[in-house]
Amino acid sequence: MTATRFLPRERLQTLFERIGDLGYRCMGPQVRDGAIVYDDLSDAAALPVGIGAHQAPGRYRLEHYAHARCFAWANGPQALKPLLFAPEETLWRVTRDAAGRLAFAAAAPPSQRRAVIGVRACDLAALALQDAHFAGDHADPGYVSRRRDLLLVGVDCGHPADTCFCASTGDGPAVSNGADLALTELDAGFLVRAGSAAGRALCDALPLRAPSDAELHLGAAEIEHARQSQRRSLPARNLRDALFANLDHPQWDDVAARCLACGNCVAVCPTCFCSTEREQPAIDGREAARVRLWDSCFSAEHSYVHGRLLRPDTRTRYRQWLTHKLGGWHDQYGRSGCVGCGRCIAWCPTGIDITREATAICTADQPEGEA
Amino acid sequence: MTTPPKAPLPPADGRRRPRLAVHKLSSCDGCQLALLNAGESLLALAERCDIVHFAEAGILDLDAEADIALVEGSVSTPEERERIQAIRSRSRWVVPMGACATAGGPQALRNLADAEVWIGSVYPEPQHIQALPTADAVAAHVDVELSLPGCPVSTQQVLDALATLLAGASPFAEQDKVCMECKRRGQVCVLVTRDAPCLGPVTVTGCGALCPGLGRACYGCYGPAENPEVPTLAQRFADLGLAPDAVARRFMFQQSGAEPFQQAAQDWRRRAPDGAPGNAGSAEQGHD
Repeated sequence: MTATRFLPRERLQTLFERIGDLGYRCMGPQVRDGAIVYDDLSDAAALPVGIGAHQAPGRYRLEHYAHARCFAWANGPQALKPLLFAPEETLWRVTRDAAGRLAFAAAAPPSQRRAVIGVRACDLAALALQDAHFAGDHADPGYVSRRRDLLLVGVDCGHPADTCFCASTGDGPAVSNGADLALTELDAGFLVRAGSAAGRALCDALPLRAPSDAELHLGAAEIEHARQSQRRSLPARNLRDALFANLDHPQWDDVAARCLACGNCVAVCPTCFCSTEREQPAIDGREAARVRLWDSCFSAEHSYVHGRLLRPDTRTRYRQWLTHKLGGWHDQYGRSGCVGCGRCIAWCPTGIDITREATAICTADQPEGEA
Repeated sequence: MTTPPKAPLPPADGRRRPRLAVHKLSSCDGCQLALLNAGESLLALAERCDIVHFAEAGILDLDAEADIALVEGSVSTPEERERIQAIRSRSRWVVPMGACATAGGPQALRNLADAEVWIGSVYPEPQHIQALPTADAVAAHVDVELSLPGCPVSTQQVLDALATLLAGASPFAEQDKVCMECKRRGQVCVLVTRDAPCLGPVTVTGCGALCPGLGRACYGCYGPAENPEVPTLAQRFADLGLAPDAVARRFMFQQSGAEPFQQAAQDWRRRAPDGAPGNAGSAEQGHD
């Protein structure tokens, strides 16, 4: 990151304009259907000004405040994941000609320069994990194409929800890397830091001034307050061994009695990446599309192998989700799959709290004195 | 697909095209209309198979043999009880479509009551009514090869099944819950943001998560999904403030005949105090 600069609030629109000048389609947070969602946005006035988001297990409500801030809320149900790992995507098509010959054609990877304004630190950490999965050795063409064309403007989170615990996973609340530009919102405007060459070029084009010491201090204090105000946490250690040593823990039965196996936690999780594929045949018999969809380890098909379900019930499905997320990921990606965004807590229809479940299963197992 | 698929429909012997019949039992015809509304796709379908019986399209031959028999409606009269056996004997693939054919439909509400008493209280001359004591799913009477739930079925769901069958493959049986489809579409959860008593977490999709997409709670017209945690969801509705009889009513729409929903309806009716007026809250609190 370069030296911090300051963008006065009344000049926020220039950020959208300069990004647009570079040929990006701007996306940002906005209020829709009672939540903050990310969609096309080119007008700073359409940001969620004066909006807050009260979140609790199984509960999400927007709140209205008499202030001019537009990023004074914790995350809504989705942010970057659907923009990169498409919920539904055609992979290839097959056509049959008059002679009955089949021709297969891969779907062309999409090409569109998109900029997302208002990305949180937790989602940038999740993006790094999605990159590891989709842009690694077996790169996914659609994902890689969308990722390459992405410009990210992060905003430090000054207002974590009751469900947030990014401080304990080490992924927030401040944007530390992964963004081209990082903002800290203050009443009068934004502290601005560039995180890439593209971000530095943007800074050069924006009406920035040097921040005062007081503004720098305020920004640091807001982030520290956001860190201190988080009330939930995951145990700050690798839980893999504790989880896999407790596959018969009674807590799995306890949580299964509250779990709907509906897959909402998976869908809102910014790191979950499972998918399934289906055929979409045309009724005229001349073509079919192969479509990839978001899947979930809570669905039956996910564990269907050779004529039987490996995970026939809710207990084994929840256990799969949690042990993979907090255990197996360490082996696959070198860290836990949880970035502390708390979405799975707020958007669970019955309010299951991953931090409570993990703590209940892992704490008793922790030897004395282990860090 | 979590059960071994049925053997696909073998190609016709090459000298004739596959034959499609669309039958009707006790129903509103909405599922036939869903197919009739397919527009150009219906013409494409007619080029690939012979439609031998389809009353809403004006093609009538009740006794025609068919390779694929779509059946709309529940078995709720003695005549239908006979007729579904005849349809079975003349059809290679029997495919119930819609909530009535797959679970009994709204008329299966009588399965929770004394149908004879109801008939006596409604009709001045009940002796003219020929009705079975229960309205049943087709599968309660004959073996079926595939079920297409929904009230009504979606046009695409029926076309996908027919296209797959005509291609000689086994149709995909949807098992995902409405929530999965709802999240794939980027819709905001009405249960979490508004405490709406949404049945999406226990209902199989196929509808495209239509109701939550319009800001309404799912009322379960496609019926229970695989592994439906119905008691857990019913308890959640009660925790959100629904009175026991309002909880029961959530499971008494088109799918009251589906076992897990019927069980929840009965369980929560038992918990309601006799003669309770029910929850006096907003329309969303139980009647959504």
